[in-house]
Amino acid sequence: MPQSTPLVWEDPTFRSIPYQVHVDPDLFALEHDRIFRGPFWHYLGLETEIKNPGDFITTYVGTIPVVLTRGIDGELNAFVNRCAHRGAKVVRELRGNCKVHTCIYHQWSYDQTGKLKGVPYRRGINGNGGYPETFNPEDHGLEVLRVESYAGVVFGTFAHEIEAVPDFMGPDVKRRFDKLCGRPLRVTGYQRQSVRGNWKLYVENLKDCYHGALLHAFNSKFGMFRTSQRGSTRMAKDGLHCILTTYGKRDENIGDTYKNISTYRSELQLEDPQVVEYFEEHDDGMVSTVLSLFPTMVLAQIANHLGLRHIRPKSVDEFELVWINFDYEDDSDERRNIRRKQGNLLGPGGYLSMEDAEALEIVHKTLEVGGGKGSAYVEMGGAEIGDQDHLVTEAPVRGFWRGYCKAMSIPVAESAAAKKGAGA
Amino acid sequence: MTAATLERGSDAVTPEIERKIQRLNDNCAHYLDNQLLDEWTELFLEDGRYIVHPRECRDAGLEGYWLYLDSRKMMRDRAVSLKKVNIYDIHYERRFVSNIVVTGYKDSAWLVRANYMIIHTDNEGHSKLYSAGEYADQIVEESGCFSFRERIVIVDTFTVPTLLSTPI
Repeated sequence: MPQSTPLVWEDPTFRSIPYQVHVDPDLFALEHDRIFRGPFWHYLGLETEIKNPGDFITTYVGTIPVVLTRGIDGELNAFVNRCAHRGAKVVRELRGNCKVHTCIYHQWSYDQTGKLKGVPYRRGINGNGGYPETFNPEDHGLEVLRVESYAGVVFGTFAHEIEAVPDFMGPDVKRRFDKLCGRPLRVTGYQRQSVRGNWKLYVENLKDCYHGALLHAFNSKFGMFRTSQRGSTRMAKDGLHCILTTYGKRDENIGDTYKNISTYRSELQLEDPQVVEYFEEHDDGMVSTVLSLFPTMVLAQIANHLGLRHIRPKSVDEFELVWINFDYEDDSDERRNIRRKQGNLLGPGGYLSMEDAEALEIVHKTLEVGGGKGSAYVEMGGAEIGDQDHLVTEAPVRGFWRGYCKAMSIPVAESAAAKKGAGA
Repeated sequence: MTAATLERGSDAVTPEIERKIQRLNDNCAHYLDNQLLDEWTELFLEDGRYIVHPRECRDAGLEGYWLYLDSRKMMRDRAVSLKKVNIYDIHYERRFVSNIVVTGYKDSAWLVRANYMIIHTDNEGHSKLYSAGEYADQIVEESGCFSFRERIVIVDTFTVPTLLSTPI
C-alpha cells in the first residue's frame, strides 16, 4: 500500500513554505521512496575518479550507501553497498582499486558489477551443512543501479525506466555542463562538512539569490563586486533544477577591480589580493554560476574556482556536504595556481561560503519548535515563478517547492485568497 | 632523521631549543583560542605558509587544501575578514597540543610535528570535539626568535562540524 503523504500544501502560490517540510521525519522517510528511489538521476562521482578497471569510490544516494566502480571491461557500474547475506557494508574504504569486493563478515564476494561470485562453504564441509542445491548465486547479487555518464559526470538511478541524463537535465542545464565539464577534469581535492539542518535548506539556499550579498559580505566589503552586476535565474524540470548566474562587464571583473585598486574605494582592502586574482574564462562575461541539479548535486564556478558539491542527507535533522573541487587537465600551472588560491573563497571555511552552514543551523534549530508549525514567507519578486534576468527575487525558491510537491505527490490546496493573490 | 639520531648530530636539539619550540606552540594555541589573530600572524615569517590539508586528500595524494595562505599578508587578510566581514557560529575554542617531536633539521629549519585537539563550546555552554589532527611544522630561529616558516595542519576530522572560521 502506498504511503500516505503527511502534508497538504496550503499556498498554491508557494510564497508560504510550511516549516514542516524540514522537520517531519515521515516526510524524510517518504523522500527516500519518492525521490531517492524515485524517477530521478543522482550524482555518483566523476569518471576521472575511477579511471582504471577495478577503481571504485563509495558514495550515497540519499542515505543509501552506493559503490561506483569501473569494471574490468571499462564499463561503469553502481550497486548498493549492502551485503546480500546479512546486510553488512561490503566496501569499507572511501576509494581504491580491487578485482573482487569481499564482505568481511562471512566473506561473500562480489565482482565490480555487484554479481555474487563466491560463498564460503557453499557445498558444506565433509558433507555437512552448506547451502541447498536450489541456492543460485544469481539471485543473491547486490542491488544494482542504472548508470549513465554525461560530460565525465556519472549518475545513477533506481528507476530503470526513466529518460536519459541529458533529457533529465534539459537544454539549459546541459549547456552549462558542457561549458564547465567539456574538457578532461582533474580532481584537486575534497572538502566535507556536516550541517545540523535538513538537506532541503541547502537546496533552497542554492536557489536563494536574496541572501548572497547580504549574508556573504566578503565581496562587497572588499570591493570585488558592484551592485550593477547583471544576473539571471533559469529553471528546469518543473523548477527542481536551477541555474543562477552573474555576469560582469569586462572592466568590472574582480581582477581588474584590484588592479585599479587606487581608483576604487571600498570599505576594506586585501593586503595580498592573490585570493581574488582572476582570468576571464568565458566569452559571455559569466563571472559565476551555481547550478543545482535536483535532488542533491551542485555544479559551480565562482570566479575561476571550479567544483561540484554533493548534498548527503543523513537524517531529517542533518546533512553532509561534500565539495569536489577540480581543475582541467590542460590547465597551465599559472591557471592552476590561481584556482588554488581562490580555493580560500569556497568550502566550509571559504570567505564566500562559510556563513551558509551557520545560517542553516540557526534556521533549523527554530523550525523544530512546536513540531514544525508555522511557515516561511518568500515573496521577493511577488508571486512570480518564471525565469528572471535579475537576482532580486525568490522566484527559484517558489519554483523549487512547486516542483517538490509534484515530485513528492504532495496535494496542493486551492483557496480563494490564494487564487486572488496569484491573479494579482 | 629521527629525534634520537638528531641528538648525536651537529644540529642537536637542546632542551633550550625544545623549550622555545614548545613556547611557540603554546603561544600559537593561546592566540588562536583567544581570537588574537593579528598576534597569531606574527608567529609566521613574512613569506611563511599556513596550509590546512585534510587527511582524506593527503592520503589520496591530492593537494585539496581547505586554506592555503602563503604569505603573512594573506594571513592578516584572513584575520581582518574574520573580525570584520565573515559571520560564523558564536563559540569559544580550546586547543590542546601535545607530543611535540623534533624530527629533523633541514634548510635552516627544525622539522617538528605535534598532535592537536580543539574543543568548541557553543554560546549555550555545550562543549564538543571540533577537530583532531597533526601539525607538521618548519620552525626557524631569527635573532633568537622562533617562527613558523611553514605550518601544515593535517586534519583527521576531515568532515568539519558546521564550518571552519578560526585557523586550526
